[in-house]
Amino acid sequence: MIEIRNLSKRYGSFQALDSISMTIGAGTVFGFVGPNGAGKSTTMSILATLLLPDSGSAKVSGFDVTRQPKEVRRRIGYMPDFFGVYDRFKTDEYLHFYGASYGIARSEREKLIPQLLELVNLSDKKEAYVDGLSRGMKQRLCLARSLVHDPEVLILDEPASGLDPRARIEMREILKELKRMGKTIIISSHILPELAEMVDEIGVIEHGRMVAQGKVSDIQNRMRINRVLHIRTLSGSEQLAEQLQDEPHVGRVFVDAAGIQVHFSGQDAEQMQLLRRILDWNYEVVSFNEAQTNLEDVFLEITKGGAAT
Amino acid sequence: MSARNKNGGSLWINPVLDKEFRLRMRTPRSFIALLAYVLVLGLLAIGFIYVAMDFGSQQTGMRFDPTTSRMLFYVLSIAQLVLIAFMTPALTAGVISGEREKQTLNILLTTQQSSSAIVLSKLVSSLAFMALIVLATLPVYSIVFLYGGISPSQLVRVFLFYLFTMLLLGALGIMCSTLFKRTIVAVIMTYGLTMFIFLVTGVAYILLMAIAERSYYSGTVQPDYSWVGFIFGLNPVGALISIFEPEMSRQAFLVNTASLQNKAPIALWVEFLLVYAVVIAASLWVAIRRIRPVRRGNGNLESGNDPIGEEGGSGEVAEMKPAQNDPDRKLEK
Repeated sequence: MIEIRNLSKRYGSFQALDSISMTIGAGTVFGFVGPNGAGKSTTMSILATLLLPDSGSAKVSGFDVTRQPKEVRRRIGYMPDFFGVYDRFKTDEYLHFYGASYGIARSEREKLIPQLLELVNLSDKKEAYVDGLSRGMKQRLCLARSLVHDPEVLILDEPASGLDPRARIEMREILKELKRMGKTIIISSHILPELAEMVDEIGVIEHGRMVAQGKVSDIQNRMRINRVLHIRTLSGSEQLAEQLQDEPHVGRVFVDAAGIQVHFSGQDAEQMQLLRRILDWNYEVVSFNEAQTNLEDVFLEITKGGAAT
Repeated sequence: MSARNKNGGSLWINPVLDKEFRLRMRTPRSFIALLAYVLVLGLLAIGFIYVAMDFGSQQTGMRFDPTTSRMLFYVLSIAQLVLIAFMTPALTAGVISGEREKQTLNILLTTQQSSSAIVLSKLVSSLAFMALIVLATLPVYSIVFLYGGISPSQLVRVFLFYLFTMLLLGALGIMCSTLFKRTIVAVIMTYGLTMFIFLVTGVAYILLMAIAERSYYSGTVQPDYSWVGFIFGLNPVGALISIFEPEMSRQAFLVNTASLQNKAPIALWVEFLLVYAVVIAASLWVAIRRIRPVRRGNGNLESGNDPIGEEGGSGEVAEMKPAQNDPDRKLEK
């Protein structure tokens, strides 16, 4: 469905993309993760025919984004990370405008637009002016807009950024619905935990290079973080964290207000031994439990970002 | 313009044009601009009549006669031309860069609308509004008709000339709007080009004519005409005057009056139309080509969609900057 080969893009002296390659199959939900400035938006802009790569190729449904941009545009729905709306434009006019821009006849639009508004829970805002909508509503409207021509591929750049928790959940529910509809979705996000349950594959990008790509479970195995352990002690958590670092099977260790998080690659027996050792060191352990690994852990493990202690 | 756009909407109105027309008339600014414009021109006409009557009664007891009326027509026409020169850049220089600043351009560019449909629709909608304003000044011209001295065909020609001038300035405006990232830069550049067309050509003509006149009369063989006229033909005011007074072309070219057979090589307004038609076509071509990324030649990729701007280059996707509450909308008057 989407094929990217050795894609490179440079802005002046800044190498935004450095020979990225990836393939995304039809019906896949692909999570594109990486820190800010890693090249996610650049890749998505190239796929959306808005930017030309310096070298390499990108294809959507077999159509090259630089050679057959019009064919590509017909097949993609693009939602940029930042977008604006026209002033003094009503919600349904907004959708009519973009529908017409894709060449959809008026009679068809009349049927389609109520369905789209229904999908994104904006049916009651049909007559409202777009510039008066809340950010979450605008975001949902923009998503409805990207669906207006029934594209095969959705390119969603940070669709949940800047939304409050409630609006994020709504956005996630809509995305799940789209997944059920069989769309191929590329979605970029910082908020990895939210992606975790709906994403089939992820690609981790850093400094314009693809660091890891594949099924979420494969990557987790490869990174050998089978489990994440949460340890809470009454005191001395910093010291414990340091001591844990040298233990076998222990990957990265994080300390925060909630306690210690340990990326652990051992099995039950090793985990039991680790607990015994901590108790032997006379730490006052309040809780010691195993947490579900999530994308965030994978991401941090791969990028080894400087944010964690 | 967009008759070939058969998908979506009617045959003549494509979606972008439809949107532009709608939104334009929803802002009070458009009506204020219209009011201000007609007011300025109306006051000018009344002021002129007042001064002419006052002057006439003091001198010879002359009334407001057709000659004065024709003078009024000339004054109004030139004033209108200057007003158009002020309004058109403001209306057109923001149409693309304004969308870029409001972050609606990228979305529009991912639709099926062709680059030419987007550029031409925006141009047509701006010019349609400008034409509306100019037509709204027709009642002011009725004063001229009340006193006579001007034929309706002259009026029609002058209005057609306005349309052409608007098209010229609009095409330049939309080209700057596409080339420059920020509206304010695009507006300044468009005014710069407008100034060049209106002032620089005029001043250059006056200077060169002084030089030409000297050498002209000192030579032993007098040529039939002087080339300096061509420069005046590039000036809209010169071209406009040559529409009222065909004699103007002969004067501008310093046509040798020894023989009545001698004619100007070309009427100033014809030269104006020919030269600037090329400029219009070139500007629109540039705008259409540069609005989306372009491939140049074979395999040589050029990032044609990177608009010129101070901060271009660094960071991720340079043309997209977060600006949620952007106070400066399209710069219109």
